[in-house]
Amino acid sequence: MNMPIMKSEAESPVLESAAPAATAKVLSLSPKRAPLSERIATGLSDVAARLVPPIVVIALALLIWEVLCRRTGATLPPPSRVVRDTWELIVNPFFDHGGIDKGLFWHLSASLHRVALGYALASVVGVALGTLVGQSIWAMRGLDPIFQVLRTVPPLAWLPLSLAAFRDGQPSAIFVIFITSIWPIIINTAVGIRNIPQDYRNVAQVLRLNHLEFFWKIMVPSAAPYIFTGLRIGIGLSWLAIVAAEMLIGGVGVGFFIWDAWNSSHISEIILALIYVGIVGFVLDRIVAAIASIVTRGTAAS
Amino acid sequence: MQPYLKLDHIDKTYTRGSFQTEVLNDVTLTIEMGEYVSIIGHSGCGKSTLLNIVAGLVPATHGGAILEGQEVNEPGPDRAVVFQNHSLLPWLTVYGNVRLAVDKVFAGKQRRAERHAWTMHNLDLVQMAHAKDKRPAEISGGMKQRVGLARALAMEPKVLLLDEPFGALDALTRAHLQDSVMAIHQKLGNTVLMITHDVDEAVLLSDRIVMMTNGPSAHIGEVLEVPLARPRKRLELAANPTYLKCRQRVLEFLYERHRFIEAA
Repeated sequence: MNMPIMKSEAESPVLESAAPAATAKVLSLSPKRAPLSERIATGLSDVAARLVPPIVVIALALLIWEVLCRRTGATLPPPSRVVRDTWELIVNPFFDHGGIDKGLFWHLSASLHRVALGYALASVVGVALGTLVGQSIWAMRGLDPIFQVLRTVPPLAWLPLSLAAFRDGQPSAIFVIFITSIWPIIINTAVGIRNIPQDYRNVAQVLRLNHLEFFWKIMVPSAAPYIFTGLRIGIGLSWLAIVAAEMLIGGVGVGFFIWDAWNSSHISEIILALIYVGIVGFVLDRIVAAIASIVTRGTAAS
Repeated sequence: MQPYLKLDHIDKTYTRGSFQTEVLNDVTLTIEMGEYVSIIGHSGCGKSTLLNIVAGLVPATHGGAILEGQEVNEPGPDRAVVFQNHSLLPWLTVYGNVRLAVDKVFAGKQRRAERHAWTMHNLDLVQMAHAKDKRPAEISGGMKQRVGLARALAMEPKVLLLDEPFGALDALTRAHLQDSVMAIHQKLGNTVLMITHDVDEAVLLSDRIVMMTNGPSAHIGEVLEVPLARPRKRLELAANPTYLKCRQRVLEFLYERHRFIEAA
């Protein structure tokens, strides 16, 4: 080995770390850690910096809402009345008096169940179809125009058709979720597959990876950021669609809960349900985003 | 006796619609086992295309490469490539990148522990064992290229194909890597085909330098033997008359007889 040459060039930091330890003494620097109390204090102030602004904004919004709806003749209840009217529902989300007279937890879980089924189906089929369209030029030419047209069809427009086909509310709702969330998954997956750098394909070819290995070891990790973008849009759309679909199919579900509350003029219950729907949608989005950031760790960087 | 690697009358024509561009015209070259051959030429002369044909990544229009009597018509680990832009998979660690190749090439032939040892052995060879758990994004360009080299070496290729492996590196790192490659070539006796546009690099590393004329229709203009004894030392060679003469020959070829007009 030509060690003498390396030694003479050991000033360069890149080279130094690659040279054996004999040529240069390796100094390890351990970052100094602040004392515990200081770290807790900075941690708390970080949390406060994130929490205080939204709390202030929410408080202001509630105040304006209260002032506006306190007047006589206001069509919507002020927040104080919403809380008073729906206190039973807030404190006891788990009651079940049979039929559709259930706590909000059961309505939300029924909706989530439908979304989970429809969305899971859409994820699997969407990634598979997206891979096909991204990988094969002929599949793209054949399928892409159809996808581009079908994806513009509003979710609820599918509902009568699926009711006619399935003759039951439950599978129809699941189908609506499926058909709503599949398009962004297909399209983003296809883009991700098409954008796999030629370099990675060359590596796969030199290593003679077979189709299955290529799919798992190159395609999925390389396209993962795109696939997860599609999945994240998809989960948002499914949650948007479920409420509308449930309003029409009835039964247990947060969509029907809202519709039922409207029919019995319980405006406060509608407002409470909207808050729950918003929070659940937010949490769903965050879950998919969190999975994405775990799975695609290191993928985005080149 | 048949040569180890033979590039046999290779023509390459790219066809786009009714347009035809002849990139390579009748390239014939034989490479012996253990030989280090560089291909040098101006950019656009088709030297990368030639390497890709040997790698099997691009099909030749006529002719082809013959390795140990077998015609090359698809890529494979017996012709491992070190790509110019390292082409490491960013979601795998340094270890994972090399291990992927080891697992694929030695699946069924070696046990897990042996494959692990072989992976570590090759990382050691390029002095990258210390960074085995880092991801490609966390190491420098020179280190990435080292890992790319380790991945290629780990496949135990019959021919090592280097596609401007040091082109994207700064001068100091490049010199350091060239020394590593020389040391590894000395130790393992690989057969190497390297693409380069650096005259000093070509003279320092090669047993023979193949000079390509300018494209389109590039062909081999001249082949120069580099009769310098190995191991070669960069500093000692700087004033060596043979080294300087070889360097002069390549420079004359590139800048007098086959000047690249568009480059200016």
